[in-house]
Amino acid sequence: METLSILVVDDEAGIRSGVKRILSRHTVSFPFMDDDYAFDCREAATGEEALALIDADPPDILLLDNKLPGISGMEVLEIIQQRKLDIIVAMITSYASLEIAVRATDDGAWDFIPKPFTPAELKASIDLITKQFFLRRITRKMKEEGKKIRYQFLSVLSHELKSPLNALEGYLHMMKDRELGEGLKDYDQVLDRSIQRIKGMRSLIMDLLDFTKIRLEKKEDKIEKVNLRERANLALSTITPLAIQRNISVRYSGEDRVYYNADPSDLDIILNNLLSNAVKYNREGGSVDLSVSGKGEEIEIVVRDTGIGMNEEEISQLFKEFVRIRNTRTRGIAGSGLGLSIVSKIAELYGGHIQVKSKPDEGSEFRVILPSS
Amino acid sequence: MSDKKLTILLADDDPDQIFLVRHHLERWGYTVIAVESREEAERYLESACPDLAILDLMMEEEDSGFILSYRIKQRHPEIPVIISTAVAAETGISFDINSPGSKSWIKADHYLEKGFRMEHLKIVIEKLLT
Repeated sequence: METLSILVVDDEAGIRSGVKRILSRHTVSFPFMDDDYAFDCREAATGEEALALIDADPPDILLLDNKLPGISGMEVLEIIQQRKLDIIVAMITSYASLEIAVRATDDGAWDFIPKPFTPAELKASIDLITKQFFLRRITRKMKEEGKKIRYQFLSVLSHELKSPLNALEGYLHMMKDRELGEGLKDYDQVLDRSIQRIKGMRSLIMDLLDFTKIRLEKKEDKIEKVNLRERANLALSTITPLAIQRNISVRYSGEDRVYYNADPSDLDIILNNLLSNAVKYNREGGSVDLSVSGKGEEIEIVVRDTGIGMNEEEISQLFKEFVRIRNTRTRGIAGSGLGLSIVSKIAELYGGHIQVKSKPDEGSEFRVILPSS
Repeated sequence: MSDKKLTILLADDDPDQIFLVRHHLERWGYTVIAVESREEAERYLESACPDLAILDLMMEEEDSGFILSYRIKQRHPEIPVIISTAVAAETGISFDINSPGSKSWIKADHYLEKGFRMEHLKIVIEKLLT
């Protein structure tokens, strides 16, 4: 049995106690619900009192009379809409003010209960409202869990994989139709761009493969004592060509002898992702600093950049799968939106975590902390 | 077509898409104003008015194209708007801008899924401009 909280707002004490009495003994069950619903009623005699109760502890359902001594029911409804509170509101109105009821439903009230009502009529309304509550909750759950991820996954795949294909197809058609001339030289730019797009697509596919790999789990048989300085050097040499292209200096400032028990390819993924982000989201002539150090029982991998940085809101989005920070500064930077969620998943696999500090236009610092295994 | 060249606003955050579409539009005799974001497009629209707009759906936001289209239609309801995107059917989102439900909120005249053939674009533009 689940209990839904109801707030009854009416200036007539008789109505409030009547509703309370009827609903205290009422339960709702529908065949498609796992659980029956019972009700717990609170009351308020004015709109002001109702808002104070809503602030303290928002109810699931609000039964709201329009004609109240202070602010009207419609005004309470408006405030609830403004604050985007997730409350199902039913207006209690006399037949004479059906017009208000209609307006209220336009303004976001879910239903109205005409006054006077019999106990059976009230129960019938509450049954419908409960059904609505249940459906709303299920929908929200589906949206939050499955659909959102599906949507993001597919929109990234569509956008990031199809866009390069569309570009390549367009360029090939141009060449086929000799749009830019007869000589191969006329197509240098087109060929350069095509190669760029293929590279982007390859890195997305690599990310997806990494992602499915860590979706499995840590491979115990691959764990070995890894020299982190060696992995760092490898990652630095991987990123150097891109850094040179973008005129960004990359250096190592950590310790020379740090060891960690891990699958070396997991560490490579962490280092490569952090470094490539630091270079990609940097500014012309900027710098990137990588350091790895042992701190008692744990090791720390820190990557600092002098890049475009992020604001608080962007930081909060950062580790979500397939979420890419889209703004005018990141426009034209290719990415899958998977890199950081891969890094943080690997860190978690080893019992560690990732921290980020960032300021717009100043740069970011990513710190991966792994406890000794 | 009259002697005066018609202007098309092309908004897309994919430089390759801009390059390709611009190339064809110019070959067909249009003047092209290309921008890479909704923000840039809005700046352009403050002082100028194209004869037609081709908008990518996903730019800064997932729905930049819709926002932009809405703004254009608010000020210049007569300007035809084409929305194009690579994101579509796979995500379960399909836009049928001819259904009354979508028409109430998608303010666009035509919807093109990216990967469209240039000849197709040409036909759509010519139809919208007559």
